[in-house]
Amino acid sequence: MSDLNRVNELVLRFANVNGSGSASANSLIAKSFFRMGLPVGPKNIFPSNIQGLPTWYEIRVSEKGHTGRRGSVDVLVAMNSQTFQQDVADVVPGGYLVYDSTKPLNPHGRRDDINYIGLPLTQITVAKYEQARHRQLFKNIIYAGALSALLGIEFEVLCDLLGEQFKGRDKIIETNIDALQTGYDYAAKFYDCPLPLRVERRDLVGDKILIDGNSTVGLGAVYAGATVAGWYPITPSTSVIDAYTKYAEKLRIDPQTGRRLFGVAQAEDELAAIGMVIGANWNGARAFTATSGPGISLMSEFLGLAYYAEIPAVLVDVQRCGPSTGMPTRNQQSDLMACAYASHGDSRHVLLLPSTPKECFDFSMLAFDLAERLQTPVILVSELELGMNDSVSEPLTIDPDYSWDRGKVANYEMLEEGFEFYRYLDIDGDGIPYRTYPGTHPTKGAFFTRGSGHNKYGGYTEKGPEYQENMERLLVKFRTAATLVPPAIIEDKGRPDAVLFFGTTAEVMPETLEELQRQGHLFDQIRLRSFPFGDEVWQFINSHERVLVIEQNRDAQMRSMLMIEGDVNPAKLISVTHYDGMPVTAEFLVATISGHVDNGGSRQRLSA
Amino acid sequence: MSYIKPKVTHPAIAKNELGFTRRDYEGSISTLCAGCGHDSISAALIQACYELDLPPHRIAKISGIGCSSKTPTYFLGASHGFNSVHGRMPSVVTGANIANKDLVYIGVSGDGDTASIGFGQFSHIVRRRLNMLYMVENNGVYGLTKGQFSATADFGSASKGGVPNPFDQIDLIQMALQLGATYVARGFSGDKKQLVPLIKGALSHPGFAMIDCISPCVTFNNHEGSTRSYEYVREHDVPVVTADYVPYAKTIRVDYEPGTGTQVKMHDGSVLNLHKLDEDYDPYDRKKAINYLLDCQEQGKIATGMLYVNPDVTDFHDIMKTVDEPLSSLNYDRLNPGVEALESINASFR
Ligand SMILES: Cc1ncc(C[n+]2csc(CCOP(=O)(O)OP(=O)(O)O)c2C)c(N)n1
Ligand code: SF4
Ligand SMILES: [Mg+2]
Repeated sequence: MSDLNRVNELVLRFANVNGSGSASANSLIAKSFFRMGLPVGPKNIFPSNIQGLPTWYEIRVSEKGHTGRRGSVDVLVAMNSQTFQQDVADVVPGGYLVYDSTKPLNPHGRRDDINYIGLPLTQITVAKYEQARHRQLFKNIIYAGALSALLGIEFEVLCDLLGEQFKGRDKIIETNIDALQTGYDYAAKFYDCPLPLRVERRDLVGDKILIDGNSTVGLGAVYAGATVAGWYPITPSTSVIDAYTKYAEKLRIDPQTGRRLFGVAQAEDELAAIGMVIGANWNGARAFTATSGPGISLMSEFLGLAYYAEIPAVLVDVQRCGPSTGMPTRNQQSDLMACAYASHGDSRHVLLLPSTPKECFDFSMLAFDLAERLQTPVILVSELELGMNDSVSEPLTIDPDYSWDRGKVANYEMLEEGFEFYRYLDIDGDGIPYRTYPGTHPTKGAFFTRGSGHNKYGGYTEKGPEYQENMERLLVKFRTAATLVPPAIIEDKGRPDAVLFFGTTAEVMPETLEELQRQGHLFDQIRLRSFPFGDEVWQFINSHERVLVIEQNRDAQMRSMLMIEGDVNPAKLISVTHYDGMPVTAEFLVATISGHVDNGGSRQRLSA
Repeated sequence: MSYIKPKVTHPAIAKNELGFTRRDYEGSISTLCAGCGHDSISAALIQACYELDLPPHRIAKISGIGCSSKTPTYFLGASHGFNSVHGRMPSVVTGANIANKDLVYIGVSGDGDTASIGFGQFSHIVRRRLNMLYMVENNGVYGLTKGQFSATADFGSASKGGVPNPFDQIDLIQMALQLGATYVARGFSGDKKQLVPLIKGALSHPGFAMIDCISPCVTFNNHEGSTRSYEYVREHDVPVVTADYVPYAKTIRVDYEPGTGTQVKMHDGSVLNLHKLDEDYDPYDRKKAINYLLDCQEQGKIATGMLYVNPDVTDFHDIMKTVDEPLSSLNYDRLNPGVEALESINASFR
């Protein structure tokens, strides 16, 4: 058996039972790699359950910066007897299996081509701790200590992290470090440490941060000046509101009175959540909500109203597998059409598609500016994988001179000075009319908001031509939107073939394209970041012979949107889909794409 | 179609403290059926706002969907209005109120809008104790979709012929009391003398005020197709030509003394048994109010008047601990935590 012999390129997976307190030990390990200057990609793979079901946590360390999911495992920490057999099978030949050796190894978990590292965790904790809860919790810390020895994770780094986490609670720090030490000593005594597969300190992360996208979306809302949030709990979006509330409670307290410069209302459902957002925006505050697919379905009626009545609204959709029951804690990019064309009637919405936590922050701020500039709902379409898992990200920055763009609002002075206000009149040719906030002026600027029965002056109408005129203006406005949203990121070297992708797929694309290049397949690339699509998207597609549209849903929704929105020959858009609920891997993409190219590229649809 | 009324006013016409005439509180001409109770409620709202000297532009009118929810176009033309989504007025008002606590909020809804599709939102806005007037224009039917039973249909239905309502009624007043509303009243659209003060009280109340206002629908009734409604038409000698013919009807008006009852004949021939609260009725006792309502219900009487008020209210903004200024008035400098704070946030993720 040949052992894996590599430095700073590994996949470590923990198999745990949900609710066993493993999460903090596992993220401690992830963070320690990051602190050692190494690019890292941690992923939590969890069930829709609070206690009892299997859960996995996977960390990819890559000096080359390939932090997306790889698909196979080098070191597996097997702490769940329910999944033991499957877990053992996932380890690559020459890899390592760390298990609790208090009891003899389950014979079904025997393989000749992997290494077994037994740690008598139950035995140690029973001897060391009185309370059952402590025995369970410290098991996790003890294996973390053992990994420190086995993989070469600097022990001081782990101690520092614990010290920061439990700052001021010295007793807790002490017991945790003691548990770490126990694990470390055991591994060092019984195994040759570190293993040939190990990590070493590098200086590869610079001033980057390790953060999840939901936190940065919430922070973006704080920095955008959002003052109202209405929401209803749903995984994986809840932590957006949690982050907004947490930071607002720190950063948005009036120093004089100690009172809040924001209001968060937990609604009775998503219909109420979006209703609140629309009411608050109508009334001149920046308001937002966060939800996931099922919530988008419930919010659809209101989204249509906001589109027609031209009320700004910011909505965050952290996508997950549909529908409400089934695999709600797994990743997908399957709400695209539900968001882009949400609601009845002729309605369509602006979407922002971030790929990194930094982009989540930037787009969150931008969403508010765009919603008010365009007077329409803007949906930030994130993903579970991006929202709930930490990624290495550029630090968050704002332009020190930034101030919000509240769009076209006729204020008291303008009305007083004789500005002729008509709610739905396009005076600038960009399709965007002026609005007023309620309560602005005693005699001027009041208007009545209703769905579609208004003419350009804001008066009530049921006349066909007037309705149509208004609807045409909304199309002009949508074309304006295409010039204001973040453009696609393009690498065009004049090759005939190209890949098109967006969202979390971006994380595995460098690795995918490097490997394809090694195999002799060269592609140009375009990463979409928004909807409606800008001219650069059409130019790119038109100048390539074949464009592989890679997305994480079954129905090739982005491909459909490209076909709906643009004059594109469908034959050149080759669909590559991955939708098993796990984040797409480079391995999968390389195999699928190279298989396609090698076969002469005749198939129209490629999927798992 | 609505159009603007000419604003020619006589110089000697009465003005309120703010120098506004009653006309300044009016809206476009109503497009509801002649005689619709909802129009009387609009008139009462106009009167109340005028008498209270409220600046019209500091009032926001928000409604759901239905004939009742259309009415905000027909009063307070100088106020911003929002005809939103069926049953969801409460959430829109909630958001608007969080954004700007300084406006006066009038939420207008129907019995279908509140007691069916919007029942959940209604319950939760009561719980949230939002400072607003919640006006239900209760006609026992879905007017705008042509006369289906609504969940409040019961009143009067006992004395009606035709197909009886097979379901129990939801009494919104009892619901509001149960859920903790601090101002609860029932009015009748035809009793302006009682309704205007009830609205004034509600608008002056610093918390959640609910008025369930019985408002006859002249065009549909609880048992569409029954001969009774046609009887009414025949009585007035109007030939029935088509099924959707809307008979001209006179607005029903009543005027009677507190502590007494009155019987009101509705357009469909049914009879409403109204009972005005005694002058010595104690509106500060919630338990008594609930019992009183149950007693009335047993006796087939509909109690009208100020049923319960608790002047000692906790506003939603107190619960949320928001600043005294409207959130919508805060400028970016007040809201921006600054570059330094962002730097230390970055540092906490390294
Ligand atoms: C989501 C939705 N479902 C159904 C309708 C159709 N609809 C319009 S008004 C109405 C009933 C209104 O009844 P009510 O609230 O009692 O008002 P009224 O017309 O009696 O004043 C219905 C069902 C709608 N507009 N929206
Ligand atoms: S249908 Fe009934 S509720 Fe609607 S306007 Fe006519 S009378 Fe009023
Ligand atoms: Mg009704």
